[in-house]
Amino acid sequence: MARKKRSGGEVSAGSMADIAFLLLIFFLVTTTIASDKGLAISLPPKPDPNEPPPDIKFNERNIFKVLVNSQDRMLVEGEPMNDASQLREMVQTFVNNNGRDPESSDSPTKAVVSFKTDRGTSYERYIEILDELQGAYYDMYAERMQLTTKQIREINEQEPSVQDEYKELKKELPMQISIAEPSKVGGN
Amino acid sequence: MSKFKKKSSASQEIPTSALPDIIFMLLFFFMVTTVLRETTILVEQNLPRAEQLRKMQKKSLVSYIYIGKPKDTDRYGGEPRIQTNDVLISTDDVVQFVEAERTKLSEAERNQITMSLKVDDGAKMGLVSDVQQELREANALKVLYNTPPEAPE
Repeated sequence: MARKKRSGGEVSAGSMADIAFLLLIFFLVTTTIASDKGLAISLPPKPDPNEPPPDIKFNERNIFKVLVNSQDRMLVEGEPMNDASQLREMVQTFVNNNGRDPESSDSPTKAVVSFKTDRGTSYERYIEILDELQGAYYDMYAERMQLTTKQIREINEQEPSVQDEYKELKKELPMQISIAEPSKVGGN
Repeated sequence: MSKFKKKSSASQEIPTSALPDIIFMLLFFFMVTTVLRETTILVEQNLPRAEQLRKMQKKSLVSYIYIGKPKDTDRYGGEPRIQTNDVLISTDDVVQFVEAERTKLSEAERNQITMSLKVDDGAKMGLVSDVQQELREANALKVLYNTPPEAPE
């Protein structure tokens, strides 16, 4: 008995290749290899040997001092403090003082956060504190611009108009975190 | 005339069912053979975590400096060392390394070079700041303290 020959029994696999390509391209685009993320700082330029160091008289009230010793203990404005999470709020009240409290800063443009470590301070502690200090400023920017802190940190991905606004804001509220050269007590 | 009109009984279609297999084979071939150029890291790298992270926009501008205790303590000692590329260097060689990295960039991008410091959390600030002084000397002022993001984002 001859069986009736069936036609169209094959699944058309021609578009499989396209699907495979699509997958390939999707993964190519989405894969990011080892992201470069971290705390960004810029170092001060090297002092010019021909010019004497500029004699800047800082008003004591405009400097917010953070010192960390070789035992990773912190001294903030002369007071020992160990919880770095409080720093953020302290920096914000210091910067936004606008001359009200005579012990605190004159204006945000004059306010400088000075962060000094010892040579024996651990890098872990340094990053922890620097993170809080930068976070304090990013929070302030975020608040002023009605954005989230994350959006501020990724400002380069925002609209150009927002970026310009950010630049303007940075002029009146500059992030002035001065990282002083470590002292040589703890050795290493 | 009828010669040309003659219908051939063979199917005109090219079988394409094997095409996806070929594409997949290509995909796997490239996946297997591609080696992402990575330096073998000779120093310990437990990077501290932070929250206020910024992303680097251009990867080509970034050069890496690794700092930490050598893994091979018998050969290199137990004190934290600096590694660039595949070798351990002393602080004096940092300037030279920066210059070498800078020549890889195009003229316009040279002052935008960013040094990514991957520092082990056990390292002390003394060494880190020594490196920073050298970077100032080399006029590479943009520094990124490379930290992995907090696990729950």
